[in-house]
Amino acid sequence: MSFSISIQAADFDVGHEYIALVNNDSTAGAVVFFVGRVRDRTNDQQQPTKQIVGLELEHYPGMTEKQLMEIIETAKARWLLNAVRIVHRVGRLGAGEQIVFVGVSSAHRAQAFSAAEFLMDFLKTRAPFWKKEFYSDESYSWVAAKEKDEDAAKRWGSN
Amino acid sequence: MIKVLFLAQLREKLGVEGVEVPGDTIKTLADLKFFLVKKNPQWNLYLSEQQLLTAINHTYVKADAAVKDGDEVAFFPPVTGG
Repeated sequence: MSFSISIQAADFDVGHEYIALVNNDSTAGAVVFFVGRVRDRTNDQQQPTKQIVGLELEHYPGMTEKQLMEIIETAKARWLLNAVRIVHRVGRLGAGEQIVFVGVSSAHRAQAFSAAEFLMDFLKTRAPFWKKEFYSDESYSWVAAKEKDEDAAKRWGSN
Repeated sequence: MIKVLFLAQLREKLGVEGVEVPGDTIKTLADLKFFLVKKNPQWNLYLSEQQLLTAINHTYVKADAAVKDGDEVAFFPPVTGG
């Protein structure tokens, strides 16, 4: 049973993360993982689409780790899980690069699917990270939090 | 002293990463904000933004939180990780 997080500048290898997550646990019948990546264009409905050339990810050292471990504890209290691994990159990332890995293993698939989605919904609304998008015209803007992310977190019920 | 941090876009708006504030007369977040705005009136708009989030010692708190000497208080915009 392993519940771990990593906040790192370096890229992660999904294969390595999967192997570490599974860890030869023959009681884990289900493994689900999610990867978030940097898209190359904005999709703000109010503005014309801009080409994204890169992102800068800022975090709050100390609190980010604490919040991610708390999010995992909340998931563990809700579903029977064998292992959880969250990796989130920080610093400068280019379009097409990986940002985040959320992996869950459990005995059966219902818990793995639900917990993985829950962890992402809560990471998006509670974990202290902030994104700055850089555009091809050399301007930048801080990404705004989206109402749909708050809605997604709320649908899991009060916490 | 109370260590105050301003993160992400708030840091850019205020033009400073953080400040240290004497803790002897500050008991609540409201006291702290009052002190900060008194010293920097141009900060009022940003520190009274409805969506502003606050953490004390790495834990989210509500507007009525107590503050004491030695605390680390962070103000920041809604998070956008993932």
